[in-house]
Amino acid sequence: MNFEKALPAPALGRTVLSVENLSAWYAESKALHGMSFDVREGELLTLIGRNGAGKTTTLRSIMGIVRKRTGSIKFNGDELIGRRVYEVARKGIGYCPEERAIFSSLSVKENLTLPPILQKGGMSDEELFKTFPNLLSRAGSQGTKLSGGEQQMLAIARILRNGSRFLLLDEPSEGLAPVVVKEIAEIILRLKAQGFTIILVEQNLRFARRVADRHVIVEHGKVVDILSTAELEADMDRVQTYLGV
Amino acid sequence: MFDMISPQLVFGQLLIGLINGSFYAMLSMGLAIIFGLMNVVNFAHGAQYMLGAFAAWVLLNYLGVPYWPALFIVPVVVALFGILLERLVLKPLQNLDHLYGLLATYAVALIVEGLVRQRYGSTGLPYGSPIPGGVNLGFMFLPYYRLWVVVFSIVTCLGTWLLIEHTKLGAYLRAANERPDIVESFGINVPRMVTLTYGLGVGLAALSGVLAAPVYQVSPSMGSSIMIVIFAVVVIGGMGSIIGAIATGYMLGILEAMTKIIYPAGASTVIFVFMILALIIRPNGLFAGAGKS
Repeated sequence: MNFEKALPAPALGRTVLSVENLSAWYAESKALHGMSFDVREGELLTLIGRNGAGKTTTLRSIMGIVRKRTGSIKFNGDELIGRRVYEVARKGIGYCPEERAIFSSLSVKENLTLPPILQKGGMSDEELFKTFPNLLSRAGSQGTKLSGGEQQMLAIARILRNGSRFLLLDEPSEGLAPVVVKEIAEIILRLKAQGFTIILVEQNLRFARRVADRHVIVEHGKVVDILSTAELEADMDRVQTYLGV
Repeated sequence: MFDMISPQLVFGQLLIGLINGSFYAMLSMGLAIIFGLMNVVNFAHGAQYMLGAFAAWVLLNYLGVPYWPALFIVPVVVALFGILLERLVLKPLQNLDHLYGLLATYAVALIVEGLVRQRYGSTGLPYGSPIPGGVNLGFMFLPYYRLWVVVFSIVTCLGTWLLIEHTKLGAYLRAANERPDIVESFGINVPRMVTLTYGLGVGLAALSGVLAAPVYQVSPSMGSSIMIVIFAVVVIGGMGSIIGAIATGYMLGILEAMTKIIYPAGASTVIFVFMILALIIRPNGLFAGAGKS
């Protein structure tokens, strides 16, 4: 698939995730100050902002990895605040962290097949290796011996196994060569075309505007703007101001 | 000096070394499993081993339950005690410095040992061998029960190692040791896995206790006296390394026994001399990184 020619996006549906006035803390330090946004079914939404703006914390708060939260996070109408991380995952949310978190004590295959199948629609081992062919030839290698790009693909592939249809991807393009970023973008677009709903944390604006439907601009733990890709393209100066570039 | 060493002496000491090594391996393996996943240095491990031996003795003397059923019942009962302990004592401390877990389990060890001493006294209690007799090999007499201990512990250690290194459950344990939050984000109930793993480690300690009851005297201090050696085994093998704990357990059991032939006075200290040397040469342990739980 060509990176420049994205597959046609499916029509966006109902709201699946609704974040209302979300605040979150790391110990006594407040990291989010009342975030509000929603995500519709089949949508690819990016969280854009400077380092430390609260993008990763937002994803970690949705998953429940950051425990101290107030406000509301509703997924398909169910409140996620107060739920354990594994309970959130079992509702159908997959999380791919920024640092990829490939397990060094496990082989590539063990990393890939670690998540249990929680719901229908999860990819089988064969489908995963077909989608990520370079992982097949390295199946027996130690997970952390892969290149950065391969580790990123493994991290994304891993969360497709348990059947989650809502994905949280934290900076999948970070630190990767342009050719690998292109490959990752293709994979994300393919997932979107298959109907996955995705929140993507991204600092690479070029990458973000190629793949996403809408962009949530985050500053100091708050949402300061929400733009469609067309609006973003039309007013890049505004976005550059937010990002300070 | 060496012409005075008879084959009987060497093989007799080798057997003693293998038996002591069997207990060292099983106990340090349980300790390594707990440390690997929870980062808790379980100071109560010796007390849980002692509880296993006492529970077998109580079952036999008060309820008439013999050794063989006790071998299955006792580890389950003591593991349930461990699960309760994890829920009530260790879980509230999990986000604090690991020193708190160490101190809490040390306190539990002292309380358990004190209560057992209060009830049964300090004198060792005998527990008859469930497999009497033995076989004369010509160069030595091999009691059947001691052979059973060695074989059973090797099978248990290998079985546990296979469980952790070559099964899906083991992969969860190893992964959760690295990043419990990520494993939980896959939908796995990591808190429950931690509780059950502690139960598994405690169950292994109790199993060793039942196994030890006919070999050693059942006494309240049997756990605390072996724990110092067990910690040395875990440190030499590499903290959290399962294969390191097993291999080092047997190795040190044999080293200790062989030292008794050459220099009996040094037998009780040779393990610690070896520990210092191992720490200087390989501070992370001889098997650091190999088969870490």
